[in-house]
Amino acid sequence: MSRKRCPSAVLSLLLLLFVPLLALAEPSSAEQPEPPAAGFATIAIGYLKQEVKRPLPLSRLNVEPEDLGLAGAEIALKDNNTTGRFTKQQFTLDVETVPVGGDAVAALQKLAESGHHFVLVDAPADTLLRLSDSVKGKDVLLFNVRAEDVRLRQEDCRANVLHTAPDRAMLADALAQYLVWKKWQRWFVVKGAFPEDLAFLDAVHRSAKRFGGNVVEEREYKGTLEARRTDSGQQQIQQQMPMFTQGVPDYDVLIVADEREVFGPYLPYRTWDPRPVAGTAGLKAMSWHPAHEQWGATQMQNRFQRFAKRFMLPLDYQAWLAVRAVGEGATRTGSAELAPLAAYIRGDQFDLAAFKGQKVTFRKWDGQLRQPIIIAGPDLPVSMSPQQGFLHQHAEVDTLGIDEPESKCKLQ
Amino acid sequence: MEIKAARLAVAMAASIGLAAASTPAAAYTVYISNEKGNSITVLDSATLEVKATIPVGQRPRGIMLTKDGKQLLVCASDDDTVQMLDVATREIVGELPSGPDPEQLNLHPSGNPVYVANEDDALMTVIDLAERKVVAEVPVGVEPEGVAVSPDGKTLIATSETSNMAHFIDTGTYEVVDNVLVGSRPRFAEFTADGSQLWVTSEVAGTVSVIDAKTRKIIKSIGFAIPGVQPEQIQPVGVRVTKDGTRAFVALGPANRVAVIDAKKLEVEKYLLVGQRVWQLAFTPDDSLLFVTNGNSNDVSVIDVSRLKVVKSVPVGDAPWGVAISQQ
Repeated sequence: MSRKRCPSAVLSLLLLLFVPLLALAEPSSAEQPEPPAAGFATIAIGYLKQEVKRPLPLSRLNVEPEDLGLAGAEIALKDNNTTGRFTKQQFTLDVETVPVGGDAVAALQKLAESGHHFVLVDAPADTLLRLSDSVKGKDVLLFNVRAEDVRLRQEDCRANVLHTAPDRAMLADALAQYLVWKKWQRWFVVKGAFPEDLAFLDAVHRSAKRFGGNVVEEREYKGTLEARRTDSGQQQIQQQMPMFTQGVPDYDVLIVADEREVFGPYLPYRTWDPRPVAGTAGLKAMSWHPAHEQWGATQMQNRFQRFAKRFMLPLDYQAWLAVRAVGEGATRTGSAELAPLAAYIRGDQFDLAAFKGQKVTFRKWDGQLRQPIIIAGPDLPVSMSPQQGFLHQHAEVDTLGIDEPESKCKLQ
Repeated sequence: MEIKAARLAVAMAASIGLAAASTPAAAYTVYISNEKGNSITVLDSATLEVKATIPVGQRPRGIMLTKDGKQLLVCASDDDTVQMLDVATREIVGELPSGPDPEQLNLHPSGNPVYVANEDDALMTVIDLAERKVVAEVPVGVEPEGVAVSPDGKTLIATSETSNMAHFIDTGTYEVVDNVLVGSRPRFAEFTADGSQLWVTSEVAGTVSVIDAKTRKIIKSIGFAIPGVQPEQIQPVGVRVTKDGTRAFVALGPANRVAVIDAKKLEVEKYLLVGQRVWQLAFTPDDSLLFVTNGNSNDVSVIDVSRLKVVKSVPVGDAPWGVAISQQ
């Protein structure tokens, strides 16, 4: 499956009409970059999405939009092309969607062979690693826009991958700093049984050690992925959650590690003791919130909502960041080639304005984008980390996530 | 703690400073837009007393007096309009079709037309003030914000925050004739009085670009370093250059400082501690006082320009943002 996006609305309408015909005659032609307008250099960006079977979220408010991430990339493409009018650069975006069980490596080959040097990857960690290894030594730079796995920034880091998605270490640190700033330092930790729950749990323990959190008790919720809604309703849950959280030593905040939403969203307002819930439910750490309006974000939210007809979510922002990083590299270097652009994006001169009150840049030791992290409840952001007082010798934002001295990453 | 002590000192210096001023300064009227308070505070520049608080539209930011001084044009960002405030009657007497989310505006030196940056639309809107009609829309970069007009009225500047450019627009043809790439998130632009230079602040890059208006090349990009202040807290927003071209003052946002720049050497001379999150600034017409809006401390710092001292902080409305001062 592939879709074509290009700057002009008229052009895309024409393409919508013609692409199916062309595709019949010549299967690969849909992936060819646009012929550049006169005197314009073209920078072709790819978007590879590996579809994944996900459980239905507990709240219907949190069902993933179909164009999640992609819409963020598309609006960044529009931003790049508005600037490109003045710098004689044209950006295109081509999408490869890989069905569950499909061949992601083949999809990436297709993009690479048709001149896409920059490819956003929306895929789980293992797929991302396969993709990275398949283009090792080739002229392709990958942007990890989804996977939060710390190992992708540590022992499994790759030289041809930059991460605009924050990892669990950054998210847990950002949350921990806020909780410690609030003096809510006694934590009751509740974990699910899935590997990603344990990964988040590891990050929480690491943050506790770094910033002075104290885990007073840890419990596992032995639940399975049951049907998300039943006619019997919520009566049982109202009994179960207080019982499950009963008899805990005195604590300030419950931190839940339940990434697949087996039970986490049921905890707020149902704990035995009246305590706030944070972690994967309740107060959460994230790269973007649809009600974030600081530092010019209002304009971004307005533009996005007009374009996508929905709220902007973290994955949209992470994809926006990646496409804008390419755009910024192209504008500043005046080049459309991979090597100078990639060098600029990784270098000291790069500074992207990203509605966070400070420039965002890539860490040299693991390719992770350093960025402030939003701490938010469902309706509104509550704060933004790093919090005041968490000092760092170089940049306070490097108190979030894996810092250089503890990096196990050997980029290759 | 440092801020508290310093501001106490400022307050003390203020009473002494004002009492010591031998010649009574001319009294101008100072207008402050309160972004959160949805109001305009009116101050007397001689007594530094609040004379009135006028309710206006939602989220007032950029403000400017018309050439005859009779109306204050107010960008009411969340009402998607520019309001015309009669300064004598203190009533809104009209609106300009600015397009969505107007933030900053400027006037042709003749007093007409008005140029408004529409952040949401990547457009500069040109409005005839007498007719209250849009006469042109100029496509510019993403999130246009700062608006400057050359003293001869021939060149209009828009800075675009996401494209990171100062766009040079011919006011005769409304064509973009040149684009100068500056530091990230350019927020404000101002020509020197002689028209030879354009000063542009870059909030995220933390710099001020001084551009030769003729060659359209950057002469110098000025950076800032303040002991004890994290570099990312230094976020330049407003900039003003004295009429004689000797000094420039730059509001540094959450660094809570105004930088004083030697405008001949293009070097930072000094940092003046002001209130929290300093946005915009404006001189009295005689260049003797500089009024500075502090968005997070809900006050205005008044700077004595010749002595380079903050002489007083005046509490105004909620989240002061823009400032405009009468010619008389």
